[in-house]
Amino acid sequence: MTNLFFLALVIFLNPAHAFALDNASTNFAGLIFAIFVLITLIITYFASKKSSDKSNYYAAGEKISGFQNGLAIAGDYMSAASFLGISGLVFFSGFDGLIYSIGFLVGWPIILFLIAGKLKNLGKYTFADVTTIRLEQSKIRVLSASGTLVTVLFYLIAQMVGAGALIQILFGLPYSFAIWIVGTLMIIYVSFGGMIATTWVQIIKALLLIVGASILAYFVLKNYSFSLNELLNEAIKIHQSQELILYPGKLISDPISAISLGLALIFGTAGLPHILMRFFTVPDARSARVSAFYATTLIGYFYILTFVIGFGAIIFLTNNSLYLDDSNNLIGSNNMAAVHLSHVLGGDIFLGFISAVAFATILAVVSGLTLAGASAIGRDLYVYVLNKGKANEKKEIIVSKVSSVFIGIVAIILGIIFEGQNVAFLVGLAFAIAASTNFPILFLTITWKGLTTNGAFVGGMIGLFTAIILVILSPTVWVEIFNFEKAIFPYKYPGLFSMTTSFLFIFLISKIDKKNVDENKFHLLVKQSYLGRK
Amino acid sequence: MTSSKLSDTLKRIIFLNNLVSYILTSIVLVLYLAFILIIGFRPQLFHIYLFNSSITIGIAFGLFIIIFSIFLTLIYVLISNLYLDKIREIND
Repeated sequence: MTNLFFLALVIFLNPAHAFALDNASTNFAGLIFAIFVLITLIITYFASKKSSDKSNYYAAGEKISGFQNGLAIAGDYMSAASFLGISGLVFFSGFDGLIYSIGFLVGWPIILFLIAGKLKNLGKYTFADVTTIRLEQSKIRVLSASGTLVTVLFYLIAQMVGAGALIQILFGLPYSFAIWIVGTLMIIYVSFGGMIATTWVQIIKALLLIVGASILAYFVLKNYSFSLNELLNEAIKIHQSQELILYPGKLISDPISAISLGLALIFGTAGLPHILMRFFTVPDARSARVSAFYATTLIGYFYILTFVIGFGAIIFLTNNSLYLDDSNNLIGSNNMAAVHLSHVLGGDIFLGFISAVAFATILAVVSGLTLAGASAIGRDLYVYVLNKGKANEKKEIIVSKVSSVFIGIVAIILGIIFEGQNVAFLVGLAFAIAASTNFPILFLTITWKGLTTNGAFVGGMIGLFTAIILVILSPTVWVEIFNFEKAIFPYKYPGLFSMTTSFLFIFLISKIDKKNVDENKFHLLVKQSYLGRK
Repeated sequence: MTSSKLSDTLKRIIFLNNLVSYILTSIVLVLYLAFILIIGFRPQLFHIYLFNSSITIGIAFGLFIIIFSIFLTLIYVLISNLYLDKIREIND
């Protein structure tokens, strides 16, 4: 263990070895990133001393405050994809970027209104702890673990592939080397430091990202006397589509797809296992609600910043030959808009800072995902399915830690296999599955008296497979990847259909299975969801 | 916790809490659906400029949804942490 830390320190304290440097910004980025890694490894080292008991390993000892957890949740949610992707989308098409931001944001108030506080009152470490209060352990744990692992895996592949490509562009490192760095660090954080380390990695990264994006937006706005009107005015003079960038564009040409995507984003957010887990790290329901409020505020503020940054990029990059390739496209794709903009407005040092923040962002998000996956294996599958709830704590934690190493290695391998593939649809799929499996079960457990184990199990599984099958038959995979002429399922996003199917089957099967309804347990659950565990 | 019977006060808290939760949830969903449906079916509505500026109704509506969502979460936390939790404590 000490050796491992030593090795990691040598690699990261010696930027000349780790980073192909030829200019000041790469140097500076390497330095900032090395400091980030050093601090997070020190935290991991101290966390590792506590990580042998369940409460610390899965829920950071329930000692994270509402504000800290709000930052950590925001950290989990503000991925490199949303920072670089949305500012890039605004740079490319203006208003349409806002449609994505809003879809990602509105899930948050709904999580707060419907589940945040109750989740804390009912569960301990994973969301299956909540559903199994009234439903049968083994079936429901299998279902929740499947929902969790599939969501985590798809999300993780998308993040890893994005990470490799991004780090390749930012630091000039070979793709597979970048994947190995990300994978190794995430395994170290999660397996040694558990939720304590993962949470602090997330908090530090969220602060860095909010500060970085705020400075960038400040640099943009100060040129336009802090007036949105003047900023937009200038942007339409420069952008080739002129005032069209202020109008809804081509993103939503078909309202059914749009609503389907919107529902998946809203209810998928409320079913993402790594997000749900965060609500168990605070001491009580009150702090769980407070953390959802801070998370919403930070995420909302952050999306407004990306909007400003995107329009700033239109103004400062559109005719700037330094950042354009021969065919007048942004070097390294539109996703690099925020990165290039940081160079124009803040020079080498600021570019270095933003690049390091982007790297840290990826690292933090994949760590959160890995921990959620490891908990599903260690707790839901090992303890409750294999050992019928009777495993000792030490063994459970060891299984979880080994699982995190295993998930990490799988992520590295898949990350390398999928190099260069368009995997953006996997994020949408992860949200659709979360919205069609995890969310319906969780929501109906809390609200519907008539829910039965069989209804939840069969309906949830049908939801899971419907989401996957519809994505395969959709234009994104059937036409763009398998090269068939026409998609069997005409819409790009399955959310609306898979979620409805899931709810419908859970309802119908529970009705048929009426004799297994346990009203007594439901009333106990409702009571506990308001009064807490006593 | 042994009895599954809900006391009248708890029933009242649950009713109030659900009422607040579902009202706020519907407000957010309706705003969001309106936003998407306008873009899908009547995008011209979002082309109108506000007060001779370059800010379109679409942009203003979008930013409004973000800020209003934050405001509603604040309202919910205040209601449930200050008011509803108080009733809960008194009747514990």
